[in-house]
Order: sequence, then C-alpha cells, then structure tokens
Amino acid sequence: MKFKHESIETNSGLLIILTLIVISIGGLVEIVPLFFIDETVEDVKTADGRDAIRPYTPLEIRGRDIYIREGCYLCHSQMIRPFRDEMLRYGHYSLAAESKYDHPFQWGSKRTGPDLARVGGKYSNEWHVAHLINPRSVVPASIMPNYPWLMKNDLKYADITARMRALKKVGVPYSETDAEYKANVKRFGKKVADMLNIHYAERNLLAQAEKGNYDGDRSRLTEMDALVAYLQVLGTMVDFKQYGDGYFSKFR
Amino acid sequence: MSEQKTSKQSGAVQTTGHAWDGDIQEFNNPLPRWWLWSFYATVLFSVIYWVLFPAWPVGKTYTKGVMNDITYELNGKKVTTHWNTRALLMRDMQQGEDAVKQRKYMQKVASLSFSQVLANPEMMDFTRKVGKVLFADNCAACHGSGGQGKVGLFPNLVDDDWLWGGSISDIQATITHGRQGFMPSFRTAFTKKQLDDVVDYVLSLSGHKVDAARAARGKRIFNGQTGGCYYCHTKAGTGMKSAGSANLTDSIWTVADVNGQRDLEGKRAEVRRVILNGISRKMPAWKDRLSPVEIKLLSLYVYDLGGGKK
Repeated sequence: MKFKHESIETNSGLLIILTLIVISIGGLVEIVPLFFIDETVEDVKTADGRDAIRPYTPLEIRGRDIYIREGCYLCHSQMIRPFRDEMLRYGHYSLAAESKYDHPFQWGSKRTGPDLARVGGKYSNEWHVAHLINPRSVVPASIMPNYPWLMKNDLKYADITARMRALKKVGVPYSETDAEYKANVKRFGKKVADMLNIHYAERNLLAQAEKGNYDGDRSRLTEMDALVAYLQVLGTMVDFKQYGDGYFSKFR
Repeated sequence: MSEQKTSKQSGAVQTTGHAWDGDIQEFNNPLPRWWLWSFYATVLFSVIYWVLFPAWPVGKTYTKGVMNDITYELNGKKVTTHWNTRALLMRDMQQGEDAVKQRKYMQKVASLSFSQVLANPEMMDFTRKVGKVLFADNCAACHGSGGQGKVGLFPNLVDDDWLWGGSISDIQATITHGRQGFMPSFRTAFTKKQLDDVVDYVLSLSGHKVDAARAARGKRIFNGQTGGCYYCHTKAGTGMKSAGSANLTDSIWTVADVNGQRDLEGKRAEVRRVILNGISRKMPAWKDRLSPVEIKLLSLYVYDLGGGKK
C-alpha cells in the first residue's frame, strides 16, 4: 500500500496515535537517558560509609503530607540552584540525591517565599511554631498566610503504615520483611533502619514526637509537631564538610 | 463570493489535491523563505551545540563537548572538567570578579583581631555592609531586621543587656555554638502563696512598688532551698553569663513582658506565668552553616548594633 497523507488525515484514531508518538520523542530523548547515566543521582555517604540520604521517618512523612496539603510548595521551592548568589544565601546547591525519596518531589518553580531546601536547623522549633501560627508575629514584613489550625488539629496517624506501604511501592526502602530490614541495617545503620520499619511506624512516630516536642506542647500531638519535624530535617542529611567544595561537580 | 475567490486563486497557488465534501479544497502555500532559512539555521546551531556542549547520551555516560573546559580548584588541586553548571559555579566562586573582590576583604577580616577591625573605618564599612546581608538572611527571622528581637521569644540585640555576654568573643561563641536557654517550671515547687511572694520579690528587684511583706518572704524563698532561684540568678538577682540567666535588677525583660503591662497586677501575672511554665529556648548553632569569617563578621555587626560590651 502506498503511503498517502490523506490516509492519516482522514483517520482520526491513527492521527492521534502518530501525534502522541511524535510529541513524546522530545521528552523521551531528554528523560530516558537519565535513568541509565551513572552520575544522575549522586552517591552520598556518611563518614562511616552508610547512605547519607535516608527516607523520611513516619512523623516526617505526615509533616510532608501537611506541607503538600497546605500548598506550601506554591510559594516555597526546595531547590537551591548552582549559582553564587543562591549558595551565599541558602547554602550548598541541592543534590539530586537529596530528593530521591521524595514522591512527588517539592522542587517547585516559584519563590514567593524563600527556598526551604536547607531550612532544617536554621531556626528553632519555637520560631517555626510562632511563625506558622502568625508569620507577622516574628517577621513583620511577611506576606505568608496564618496557619493557626496546625496547632489546633490533632495529628491523624492511624493510616501511617498504609502511607508507608504506598511509598514503598514506588521505591522508597521502608522495610516489611526481615530481609528488607536487614538490608536497611546494612545500608543506613540500625538506628535509621529501625525508623524505616513499617511494623513499628506508629510507635516510632509517637516516640519521635515525644522526644522532639516540636510544637512545645507535650500534652498533645498536633499537626504542628509533624510539620516542624519535617521542616527541621530538610537539607540536613548530607554533611558537606566531609566533601570538599566542588566535589559534586564531577557528577555533572 | 468565496467560490469566486477560489477559482480566481486556484490558478496561482497549488492545492493539496484533497477534496472534502466534494468541493472543500486546501491551499498548498510554500513556507516563507525567511522562516525556512531560520529553521535551517537552528538545525545547524544544534549540530554545533552538540559538538561544544554535553549533549548526547551514550550508554551509561554522555558526550561531554569540546573546547569548553572549565578549570577550578578542588582541595588545592586544579581540576579541569567539561562544561557544566556546577563547575561553572565553582569557577565563579573562586575566580569571579565579585568573589575575588569580596575574598580579599574577607581574608583581611580573618587576619585582623576584633579591635583592629573596629579601629579600621574601611573594614568596619565592609563589616556593616556584609554583616547587614548576613544578618538579614540568617538572624533577622528571629531577632528582627534591626536586631530589636521579640519580647517573650527572641532577645533584643540592640540594648546593652545580654544573657550570654555582650563582648565580641561572647557573641562569637553564641553564634558559633548556639545556646540552650533553660529555666525549670516551678509549678509543683511553690504553693500559691509562695509563688505570689516570689513574684513580688522579683518585681521589687527592678524597683517596682510591691507589697513589702510579700517581697521579704519572697526573698527568703528566692535565696533559700525552697526556690533556689539564686543558683542561676545569683543572690543579688543580677544573673550569670555562664547560665544565660537574666539580670532581674534592670528593667529589661526578655521573656516576661513586664514593661508591656500597665498595672501591677498585669506585671505580676507575667512574672507568675514565667515562673510557672519555666523557659526552654534554643538558638541554633551556626558553625555548620556559616564560615568562621562570616561568623566573625556577624559578631562584629551585632556588637556594632549598639549594645556591645567591652
């Protein structure tokens, strides 16, 4: 059969399929090789040879859920780009490895507020609590909305194991079987591996909230506890002092 | 009308030869020349780009591009690598015009003592400019853009009252290692009457007119085993730098908002609240986030805000 333009243009099903193939080429050419190139996600270790980047703890997962629920990403990015001005203001540029367990990632593209990729440890818990309840109580010029309900809402965590299983399905190494747990011990060390055990999720969540007392109110477990726990871990997993300035250039 | 036009133009422009519904035809106009040549130019550009810059994936790696290498220093050694934004940043941090200029000053600040910087107007000018930006990025969220602090939460850095010491080296130690301010809760330690007595004594220390009998009883609790307040606040109530405990004899209040209250009852309520709840405040450590020179500059800047002490 001789190819005729007309046979495509008069057959809408075929036209749709061929159009989809043509427009997906650009995306496929740019994205697919990244899955095969060794340097795409940097290999970052701690001083004792463990994986530096760990999945979030149960409490941090819930905090992250609240971060997404409240739409924080609409105004805050979590991506420090490799420019001098960003490095001076926010710290070391973000590594691909640092968001490898983020589903979905929170890189963002809009900075109405500052970047949060390395906000962990920058401010005290008390500051975060005061700031989230009413940003203008500490930063008079802020245009961020108030989030007072975070302190009023009890944190719901009954479904935490289901959430962890869902993340496990997309590749986050939470452990369910003994073999998975042992692999995690080898990979992250026992302390972290214990936190990634789905069977102890609820216990771990409560223990971290009790120990951290992120919202300053020991009598209750609030959404504020979870969100502040999440904010305080952002960008803190890699010890950049261990690597010289410029070490990560070789991964690009 | 349309029929007329079609028949008129059909001679000049070719049609695609398709016909829908019997008579709907489609012109086959050639692309404008300028467009076509621009298109060819972009194709040519992309070929040149592929050669010069990292472009094509090849197995587990990719073509790195030629004639475009970037040289920067890594751990004292020169490293030359293919063009990429991270190496570009390293070069900019090390050799960029602004970076070099700033580094010259930074190194000078690092080599001078605090008093030498303070005595050098050019260096102080630099300190104030860089310090202002560093302060805005890192400190202002809590201490306010002018260092005015927030009563009840974050100390004022402009006045000359310091919990952890106001000399430059004290400020430097505070920024470097952070501070953990702590006062226990006395909720279970005091009876209501004892609490009222201590509150009045504490207020009397800063010259408030209170119930003298209460204050006298409060003093015994303050300086005795029941309260033990003097462990940290000292018997004179002036506080200790090493514990970060407040001086209660001046009229500067950082946690209890005494000055914000109009009447004595309000002031009492504020002091009572703090004694009942205790205090737990944390200033983060900055040694992992800022370089030693940046901390030195910030210490000088905070010292220079007005409240610095010899």
